[in-house]
Order: sequence, then structure tokens, then C-alpha cells
Amino acid sequence: MHDHLYDGDLLVILRHGPHGSSWLKEGLDAALVAAAFGRHVSLLFMGEGVMALMAGQQAGPLGQKGTAATLDMLEMYDIETLLVDEQGLSLFDLSCDELMLEVTCVSSAELARVLSGHRLVLTF
Amino acid sequence: MRYAILLMGAPYSDQASHSALRFARALVDRGHHLEAVFFYHDGVYNAARLAAPPQDEPHLVDAWASLSFEHQVSLQVCIAAALRRGLLDEREAARHGKEGTSVQPPFELTGLGQLVDLGTRCDRLVTFGP
Repeated sequence: MHDHLYDGDLLVILRHGPHGSSWLKEGLDAALVAAAFGRHVSLLFMGEGVMALMAGQQAGPLGQKGTAATLDMLEMYDIETLLVDEQGLSLFDLSCDELMLEVTCVSSAELARVLSGHRLVLTF
Repeated sequence: MRYAILLMGAPYSDQASHSALRFARALVDRGHHLEAVFFYHDGVYNAARLAAPPQDEPHLVDAWASLSFEHQVSLQVCIAAALRRGLLDEREAARHGKEGTSVQPPFELTGLGQLVDLGTRCDRLVTFGP
């Protein structure tokens, strides 16, 4: 794994799924704003947060916007480091290639390096 | 050290606001500089002007305001999170055609860019959430 995956200005950790609360949406908003301000932003999907990356999710019947459209925009904001915690994937019996975006899986052991490589960490 | 606090828990629903306030007090007591508290997610309710808790409970909104006056701590509320939850200052109330305001000064509505800026400028940004 290349070292740049471990470095950046801001690491946004996303620990909630796309439905049921606004945590994921508000976490992604913070990431997009930071990127728009020229910061080098990485995302780390942990635990239930990996569900955000399941393909084919829609806005749903509650009139909420959903987050899939925001995830599609990440590249436009130059947010290219997308990390997924291996434990989160195995929790839901998923593999990296089932996800809607290209991601890098990180083991629990590598998480420490990811955390220490970023100047600022925000957890949602 | 220069500190900033990010608070994302609603007052009275979670421990987060009480803990953040005590941490803030401890910081200034130890001689650190607390630059700002940024309120995001349900933390924006800490700015609710009309909060009226029972008298024998801590009044969190007033406690933040006192901290701000005593130590020149800026109280910044994410405007997008606040508007959704019914927290409007005079300008936003006028803009949205609402009567009255619900944000208690010296809390001020501001953008998420300020949070990023605080995180970059301060030595430590400490998050409190549910």
C-alpha cells in the first residue's frame, strides 16, 4: 500500500449507515466543505458506515435526499482516498468489489497509521 | 495551547454538552486558550434562545454564553444544521419570512468552513458527541 493513503490534512470517519440518522450526510458535508477549501481530505468508512457504499441505494420513501449522489461527487472535489475498515466489511459479509466506489481496505493494524497520518480527525 | 471544541450532542439528551462545558472550563482554568466552540449536528440546540430548563438543573445555553463573555470564546453554530432544526438569527428569520429569532447571542451562525479553519489553526480540536 502506498504511503500517501496514510497522509492528509483531514480524515473524516463515517460510522453510520445512510438511513436512520443524519450523521452520514452531515459528515460528508463537512468533508466536502473542507475539500472545497483546498484541504487534502480522506474518508474512512468504519463499522456500519460501510453500508454507505452499497450500490443501488435510493433516496427512499421519507423524502430525504440520500447520500449516494454525494458519494458520486467525491471525485469532483478531489476526495480520492477512500478507506474501508476490513472489520466493518466482514461484519456485513461484504467484499470491496461489491461497493459502488473504488476503495482501499485497511486492517485494524493499519488504522493506527491512518489516524496518525492526518493532522485533523473528525468522527461522525 | 490553543484549543477548539466541536460539540455534536443535543443539550439534556446526551452527556456531551455537560462534558464539553466542563472541559472548556477546565481548559481556561489551566491557562489554555479556548478559541471557539463549534456546534454541529444536534449540538446546534445548545444555542436555543428559548431553552427553559428547571431551575435546579444547569442552564447550558446561559453557561455557554457566560463562558463566552468571561473568556472571549467564540460560539459558532453551523448555519445549515441550525436552519433545518429551527434555529434562526435575525437575518435568517427575515430571509425565511419567520417571526422572532431562536438563536441566543453571542452564539452566531456560521459555515462549516469555520470548523475546518479552527481545526487547522488550533493545536487541538476536541470533539464531544453522543
